[in-house]
Amino acid sequence: MISFEMSEEIREQKEYAEKVSREKVRPYARYYDEHEHEVPWDFVKFIWEEARYHIACLMPGSMDLEEPFMTQMHSVEALSWGDQGFYLALPWPALGGMAIRATGTEEQIERFLKRFHGKEVTWASMALTEAHCGSDSAAIRTRAVQDGDHWVLNGEKLFVSTARESMINSKGIMIVWATIDPSMGRKGMRLFVVEAGTPGLKITRQEKKLGMRASDTAVVVLEDCRIPLENMLSNTGDPKKAKSFKGAMATFDSARPTAAAGGVGIARATLDFLKEQLSENGVPIRYDKPRNQLSAIEKEIIDMEAQLEAAWLLVIKAAWLIDQKKPNTVESSMSKLKAGDIVTKITQKGVELMGNLGYSRKLLLEKWMRDGKVIDLFEGTGQINRLIVARRILGYTGRELK
Amino acid sequence: MYSFEPTDEQKMIVDEAKKLAEREFRSRMRDCDEKEEPALQWMKEGWKLSLLPASIPEEYGGFGEHSAITWALAAEELAFGDLSATLVLTAPNLVAFPVLLCGNEEQKQEILPAFCTDDYRPASAALQEPRFNFDPNRLETKAVKNGGDYVVSGTKCNVPLAEEAEHLLVYADLDGKTQGFLVSKNTPGLVVKEREKNMGMKAFPLYSVLLEECRVPASNRLGGENGCDFQLLLNSSKVGLSAMALGVARASCEYALEYAKERKAFGEAIAQRQSIAFTLAEMRTDLDAARMMVWKAAWLLDQGRDATRESCLASNFTSDMAVTVADRALQILGGYGFIREFPVELWLRNARGFAVMEGITII
Repeated sequence: MISFEMSEEIREQKEYAEKVSREKVRPYARYYDEHEHEVPWDFVKFIWEEARYHIACLMPGSMDLEEPFMTQMHSVEALSWGDQGFYLALPWPALGGMAIRATGTEEQIERFLKRFHGKEVTWASMALTEAHCGSDSAAIRTRAVQDGDHWVLNGEKLFVSTARESMINSKGIMIVWATIDPSMGRKGMRLFVVEAGTPGLKITRQEKKLGMRASDTAVVVLEDCRIPLENMLSNTGDPKKAKSFKGAMATFDSARPTAAAGGVGIARATLDFLKEQLSENGVPIRYDKPRNQLSAIEKEIIDMEAQLEAAWLLVIKAAWLIDQKKPNTVESSMSKLKAGDIVTKITQKGVELMGNLGYSRKLLLEKWMRDGKVIDLFEGTGQINRLIVARRILGYTGRELK
Repeated sequence: MYSFEPTDEQKMIVDEAKKLAEREFRSRMRDCDEKEEPALQWMKEGWKLSLLPASIPEEYGGFGEHSAITWALAAEELAFGDLSATLVLTAPNLVAFPVLLCGNEEQKQEILPAFCTDDYRPASAALQEPRFNFDPNRLETKAVKNGGDYVVSGTKCNVPLAEEAEHLLVYADLDGKTQGFLVSKNTPGLVVKEREKNMGMKAFPLYSVLLEECRVPASNRLGGENGCDFQLLLNSSKVGLSAMALGVARASCEYALEYAKERKAFGEAIAQRQSIAFTLAEMRTDLDAARMMVWKAAWLLDQGRDATRESCLASNFTSDMAVTVADRALQILGGYGFIREFPVELWLRNARGFAVMEGITII
């Protein structure tokens, strides 16, 4: 039975997240954009002490939800409407938590994720990208070498979100992607959990970014970073046979719709603002008028709204598949590439349509345009997602379609 | 709760529609397009699906409930076979659904049983008017109350099957609002004029119709004295067209994909080049997104909620998508795309119609 009925559960979660977004995020969005690298502590504390007891995805497993991933999409979209950087600065298990749940043993899930239910603010981060490779994650060079009862990690990681928060500002965790044998290619890829305070892990630089400035993005260097053997994520006892890569890649199938939902939030912020401005100035949007008789601005708005709806419904479809425990690689990539496209176009159009006001830093339109661009870059660029979709629909292997 | 899984019954209908579309629609598509005439099998074989009687309640001779979602699913499959064939087969909806959704009890009793027999009964609705600024909510065809009758005058275009139709629903402006009037074919002043010559949908006969002071009994106003919710009918029309646009786009998409896998250039299939592969990925992405938009608007209709915004968005997105997808498919075929021996040019011509042909179908 096809139904677009939002459950009461999701509606409540969504409305709460919208309230947080309106009251605790949006009013501070400009400040943290202009004060890069400052931690939005008030927001973080509010989330930890209060909001996470209401927003289910912030404490996975804390509520028994019928549609957990679908619920998360609505929360992420609503928070990103307030500010994408704030959403990314959230203290929660995030992507790292997903990877742990996807590839870790019961014991590891308990050991690494328990701290997210405690009293002290805790962040998680994920270190994958390196200077020479992003989407080509099988090419990473960070090495993990076994030395007695330890793994020794060496390498450099880029674009690690909330690295400082997880390693310095809290007793958090960082999931590090490394190879146990470069000659094995992707089969040698493993995921390792580094806990805050482990010697050998250094944050060497905090990036200065185009947007999304409330969230910290750092360069991480691992120099003979020693972690216990049991910190390698794996479902089996034998490291040589662990199927980490596949499991970890599967986490991207849920990370992508999440990123896409964030993009939809930014795009909706822009459209809501534009429509409000137009309505205040006596320009209503007529949905019942033939398209060839709309004013240019109405047509722009309706087209953007249609594009936004298209992206959001792709997110919803991918999320539904995840909750149904069905494969969703194609749908995830579709949602992500579409959201990346539309948030870029809608936010750029937003600046244009409001003229010099749009360009002014007094409004948030220019900020949304800067923030939105990242949606088409992280969790796989628009191009890599096109490649994934293309391979699947054509039935091609990586060798057949490079 | 959200769910995007059709019911078993809907899956069965989709299956049947798919078989029919392949067997009777696609196989005759080109021939009928060239001759600009529908195939008799479209109506004869198509009617056996009983899609319309299955949407009409028992009390009016049918055996089911109307569902825009079910129709959206079926319409996509049918239009995947051929658009003209789908429009011909579903033309009876043009009278049956407005009566079912907006008619009063007498009108339902009188008209609906005719659509529940074993034979296809052509029917039609006249909405469009031949001018660039045509607006369904501001018609120039006027209805004026005169004693116990309405007097309807105006010029209509793109009236489906006007020549053959037994029932005709004419939309006209009544005191600033669009209303429907069931006009008998032998009403003095009603003249079916020439056959329209359009870019596409060529096997779907459309006509110009002239109404010169046609007297229609007041009881033939759709919905009786209270009239009808025209926006609801317009929304249903948009959703119907959009669902068919999905079928046309999917046909183009699948054809181009298969072609790109077979066509070799520089020693490999052209689909192995990113420029082609990415184009195909974008086509599929927008097609899938459009389907969700159509389903959402159809779902709102089924819920009895206002679907004006969603059907507007779905129709905007879907008609653009269909044109873009057909155009990209044609481009992938290269020169062959321009040749009538291949089907893609036909799909491009058909796809262009979705944005401008409101009122020629309804689900």
